[in-house]
Amino acid sequence: MKVSNLSWKIGGEAGFGILSTGKIFSKIFTKKGYSVIDNNEYSSLIRGGHNTYTTRISSNEIFSTNKNINILVALNEETIRLHQEEVTYGGYIVYDEDDCNIGDFKKARKDINYVMVPFSKIISELGAPKVMVNNVSLGTSVALINYDLEVLKNVIKDIFGRKGSEIVNLNIKSSELGYKYVKEKLKINIYELEIVKPVSKMLVTGNNAVFLGAVRSGCKFYAAYPMTPSPSMLNLFASIEDDYNIVTKQAEDEMAVINMAIGASFAGARAMVATSSGGFSLMNEGISSAAMTETPIVIVLCQRPAPATGLPTWTEQGDMLFAVHSSHGEFLRVVIAPGDPEECFYLTGEAFNIADKYQIPVIIMLDKYLSESHFSYEKFDFKNITVDRGKLLSKSKDIDGKYRRYFNTDDGISPRVVTGIEGGIHIANSDEHNEDGYSEECAHNRKIMVDKRFRKIKKLIEEIPPPKIYGPIDAEITIWSWGSCKGPILEAMNILNQKEKKVNLIHFTYLYPFNSEYIEGIIGENNKNVVVENNKTAQLAKIIMMNTGYRIKNKILKYSGRQFLPEEIISGIEKIE
Amino acid sequence: MAMEKTKSKTSKGNYNLKPGDFNTERKPTWCPGCGNYGIWSSLKKTFVKLYLMPHEILIVYGIGCSGNGANFIKTYAFHALHGRALPVATGAKLANHKLNVLITGGDSDGVGIGGNHFMHTCRRNINMTYLLYNNKVYGLTTGQTAPTSDKGFKTKSTPSGVLEKPVNPVLLALASGATYVARGFSGDTSHLSEIIKKAIKHKGFSFIDILQPCVTLNKQNTYDFYREKIYKLDEIKGYDKSDLNEAIKRSMEEEKIPIGIFYQVERPLYEDGLKQIERKPLVDHIITDIDINRLLNNYY
Repeated sequence: MKVSNLSWKIGGEAGFGILSTGKIFSKIFTKKGYSVIDNNEYSSLIRGGHNTYTTRISSNEIFSTNKNINILVALNEETIRLHQEEVTYGGYIVYDEDDCNIGDFKKARKDINYVMVPFSKIISELGAPKVMVNNVSLGTSVALINYDLEVLKNVIKDIFGRKGSEIVNLNIKSSELGYKYVKEKLKINIYELEIVKPVSKMLVTGNNAVFLGAVRSGCKFYAAYPMTPSPSMLNLFASIEDDYNIVTKQAEDEMAVINMAIGASFAGARAMVATSSGGFSLMNEGISSAAMTETPIVIVLCQRPAPATGLPTWTEQGDMLFAVHSSHGEFLRVVIAPGDPEECFYLTGEAFNIADKYQIPVIIMLDKYLSESHFSYEKFDFKNITVDRGKLLSKSKDIDGKYRRYFNTDDGISPRVVTGIEGGIHIANSDEHNEDGYSEECAHNRKIMVDKRFRKIKKLIEEIPPPKIYGPIDAEITIWSWGSCKGPILEAMNILNQKEKKVNLIHFTYLYPFNSEYIEGIIGENNKNVVVENNKTAQLAKIIMMNTGYRIKNKILKYSGRQFLPEEIISGIEKIE
Repeated sequence: MAMEKTKSKTSKGNYNLKPGDFNTERKPTWCPGCGNYGIWSSLKKTFVKLYLMPHEILIVYGIGCSGNGANFIKTYAFHALHGRALPVATGAKLANHKLNVLITGGDSDGVGIGGNHFMHTCRRNINMTYLLYNNKVYGLTTGQTAPTSDKGFKTKSTPSGVLEKPVNPVLLALASGATYVARGFSGDTSHLSEIIKKAIKHKGFSFIDILQPCVTLNKQNTYDFYREKIYKLDEIKGYDKSDLNEAIKRSMEEEKIPIGIFYQVERPLYEDGLKQIERKPLVDHIITDIDINRLLNNYY
């Protein structure tokens, strides 16, 4: 059956290579020009539990995965129990009878085709470790959709190459056997993808994209404390630290992380840190230090369900108000929430420039779903990221007269120096201070300095782009959302806008500063407004209310630790009167 | 820490600075008789002895009476959050390892709120010098107990006397792997200057526990108290500074208080293990048009 769109899911225990298997599967399609979006789910353990990987492939542009799965590969019975209901009508479940007893499942869904492939027997005959059943299933999947086995073999070589030729060969052999079983014993193929122009696409996660954007932006110091879902970024920086001259430091705790980055930035290097929700709590006082000393800093916050330890490996958008109001005292910062990896890449470039130009903290918000899901793109135009360090003086001769670090300028931004140059001595002071940086407690000075720091808003607000509007301008229903909800919403809109109800989306990638005037101008009094957020308390709705007085009454909220599926948004929209 | 090669054109011959040249336009606000004065003058004398220019030095300060010193010495300064001076200094030094970096802080900055950073900075062995202003009380917040206060010390927050044993900064530094561990006394500034000078010249992380009477709020650990108990390690014949066990033993003495260099060895610097900064400091790298084609290709 020829299809333009296919969804595949694999499930099994942790320790069975589910995550790398899924990534391989996603890659074999981007290699040949298909659009791919994937999503992984795993628990906070090393062995056991339940891991899944979902890959959606299309010959058209897509924005998210969706609920219905065409092919479910079950490496254990748990997978069928948990995910059978997601399989499309007439879809397929591939299983091994040695591991799965399908009797009861078959009764519940008579429409599903159960395809038995003896993964375990194949592996034991090969003499390979049990974990390689995942490779057999890859070969099987490729055969079932009549796809090119050679592409799979090449991707396996790419991904496992560093483990040595023996491992690579074993992986390839296992996948070949899985492929052959379908072609020679079962003699079936069930779906076939439409051909597309075979131009290889990139496959990147949000974390990959932020990393790439940061390297391009000249980030020279990266510090982190591993906290899911941010550790992959630490690994990425560490892997290229020598090639790109970036000092990467895994520090003893998040307070060390943020303060080291502030020290590096103060010295003149572009610095970035990444963490998750709980780590952001720890970094908070550091943010105020950056703000008071007017030291640029970029902080990546990869949200996860909270409070406290919460759900370490799951997703939520629970920290928006926390980021917007982070740390004690009043000061300017910019909060950015990219909607997909492409926005992650370019907006990271913006983040570094804003941090340097305005000498303020910039927070980039992702979440586990965006951090770790892969999206495909033709390319990233890295030349579109340019470096603007603002009023940074790196040579003594550039200093005009007596240097005053916190000089009360018209735009509120004082000239900064690279630490160590002659003539630039000053105190970067976490105390309130005067224009020279000396601690100063008098009332007159305090008001001047607070006003100076806030005066930056005048120029800053002009650099903050308004939220983007997607879909028909004359829609009856307007969705308001932010960050990673973008994909599932656009996917839902594609379907909704084919029916009668017209829906558009106002998507915020910048959450603070908030351009109240602009938003007030576009809030349609006549149409229905609804927020879609991955949290319990509708924080975007709160921010809009706070800044404009306008209350959005309709809310589609999800806070189960999972990201939205387009189907859920569709049903939420359809419930609106 | 070893001294970093200077960028300025000053050579020893042309150098004509005096300790007064390290004063700022602000006069110190410490109580008359405060130990901070002794440390302040020792520092300035030492900078002059080492032919250092003000702009070649970065001092990172903690919060407290010692931290207020940020206003009184003319060098690059970062007045950090309470307990966080060591990581700020670490980041600055890694970004520009040519800077001469010193850190100062009080008892809590060092071994209270900053304790975790202290332990890890000692083991890291970055070329910096850390001065702990140890007055066994919280001065600026007007008299609570400190982690280094003696057991039984009566304060506003411990009216019945401190129940815990004091933290031992010298022992902690030795146990955490610092490669230069010393103790000084603000009442003996020539001895202290010598120790600071050697600390700055030492190639590695140098730590000095500076005993410092707080004349206003600590009526127990006074100048007289210290003068009675102090003895100098360099007056001990055959004291082997490279003997860690000996240093540990001496650091645990309770009847007498040794001052001087307990321990000094050389170990590879943390920054020597960083290829990224082999050719030049991080801050000198050009970042205007970095080509990431190679990296992007990994994702196809």
